Amino acid sequence: MSAEDSGLVKIALVSCGSEYSGVQPEFDEAAAKVNAKFVYPEIDVASIDTIGKDFGLEVASGDLRLMMARAKAVAEGIANVDGVFITTCFRCAEGAIVRNEVRRYIHRHAKIPVISYSFTESTTAGTLLTRLEALTTVVRRRHLLAREVQKGLTAGIDSGSTTTKAVIMKDNKIIGKGWVPTTKVLESAEEAYSQALKEAGVSREEVQALGTTGYGRFLIGDHFKAQLVQEEITVNSKGAVYLADRQRGPATVIDIGGMDNKAISVEDGIPGMFTMGGICAGASGRFFEMISKRLGVDITELGDLAVKGMHKNVSMNSYCIVFGTQSLVNSLAKGASPEDVAAAACHSVVEQIYEQQLQEVDVKEPLILVGGSSLIAGVPKALGELLKINVLVPENSHLIGAVGAALLASGYVEE
Amino acid sequence: MAKVFIYPINSLILSDLVERFGHKPLSMMNQIREKVTSISLDSPPINITSEDPKMGLKYAAIEVPPGVRGRMSLIGPLIEETEAAIIVENPPTNFGCVGCDRTNELTKYLVRSKDVPILEVKYPESEEEARDFVNKIAEFLESLPKEKSEEDEKAKEEKTAEMEDKK
Repeated sequence: MSAEDSGLVKIALVSCGSEYSGVQPEFDEAAAKVNAKFVYPEIDVASIDTIGKDFGLEVASGDLRLMMARAKAVAEGIANVDGVFITTCFRCAEGAIVRNEVRRYIHRHAKIPVISYSFTESTTAGTLLTRLEALTTVVRRRHLLAREVQKGLTAGIDSGSTTTKAVIMKDNKIIGKGWVPTTKVLESAEEAYSQALKEAGVSREEVQALGTTGYGRFLIGDHFKAQLVQEEITVNSKGAVYLADRQRGPATVIDIGGMDNKAISVEDGIPGMFTMGGICAGASGRFFEMISKRLGVDITELGDLAVKGMHKNVSMNSYCIVFGTQSLVNSLAKGASPEDVAAAACHSVVEQIYEQQLQEVDVKEPLILVGGSSLIAGVPKALGELLKINVLVPENSHLIGAVGAALLASGYVEE
Repeated sequence: MAKVFIYPINSLILSDLVERFGHKPLSMMNQIREKVTSISLDSPPINITSEDPKMGLKYAAIEVPPGVRGRMSLIGPLIEETEAAIIVENPPTNFGCVGCDRTNELTKYLVRSKDVPILEVKYPESEEEARDFVNKIAEFLESLPKEKSEEDEKAKEEKTAEMEDKK
């Protein structure tokens, strides 16, 4: 990390009393790991009694009004901060309303990155790390994120929860690809990287820069002595607009991964607002794996099956992977066709993404769908039908993280 | 001397008034002082750990947000000790506020459910109301027993001993 990269990032913590929930030390630990510090915008205490009317949202809880007052201090530049982290208790309706409106307000009035999150007492620093890493990257590395063309010979490895992907890129073209299921993190990365190098016909020594991303990014980054170790929000945003050739202007990226999914609002390739799912595996690639297994088809065949089916013929709600599987078993027992079940599974997953994540992100076209699940043809079809917009699935959409990492790593290739 | 629960639970003015009349205020400040001076924990800023919202399960179910249960882990034990209560309605933030209205609703409900003398007063809007406000509180506090009667104390001690035996 360069000196510029390592500067302390000041993040305004706009919360409704996380100190009462036992999670404050976890917040601080996650911030310290990315060399950031939470600060608390100062406000006049009397303004808490009047902010509801000023802001236009009158709520009963004092700390929620405090959040609005702090947001106003940020928007008016009274608080000198680089980014904002908005957080309220999970399952609090009043908190959720304020959290969303405060996030929109800051996004509209201040040109700084903002993320929001609802916590439980079990929230850990690890859960927050990816989000804060993305936030601080947008603050620190705008120059790196401005890169639109891959230069030199670079590699990217995406160590995902389910699969590990690797690509070799040369002069803005993918020349080698590797894709293996993730078992042991390092061994899988070695295998995927070797596959990609072999296809590209180059040796490790020739690779000028390497970037890693995904859950195993730190471990494999250390192992391969990577120049760039980066979380997947930033990398996937960049990879998606690069592959879809939509590097300028607004875009929305939806990444349905093996274990979680992400919805990211992107402007000129730089992530703005984003959400990460992952509380339930029902809206992830894992659910498709289970459905394929139960239907006795390979996951690569599930998409074609779904395209032929009608989701309305089967009632399925995969809010929970266990209940989703129960719906599947029940519908098959009632004689539902595998095509309809596959279509219902695709519809259920995108419906959950719509209900839980797209509500927090402004959906702007083009909508770019990436991640392994984007290859299941029924998924983009269901998403397009639900949102009534054209869904773009770029070529190599499953290699998004690896491509994004190789592209960003080329910033480290000496001219 | 009576143990008097105050609402807002962190009101310095109410706490001071209760003390001036020779009673013990049950306030959030004492609970937090106990938390932050505890040497075995290190969970800044007020030493509430993820275990505290679990203690709050005694007062609110699991589907109630952790912020409410965390606050209730501090307020709940005070309600259990309550022998009298003063509830001030519609106070401004600088008079006292724990920040979460769901906690406020639950706190007031639990206090009202106890069979103890309660004074409910509206926060004053004028000087005249302010005088009336203080007078009502003073009158209420004066009506509370200064010293516990020997019989009461004895009965309480016996009850405590009985409970200890049962354990």
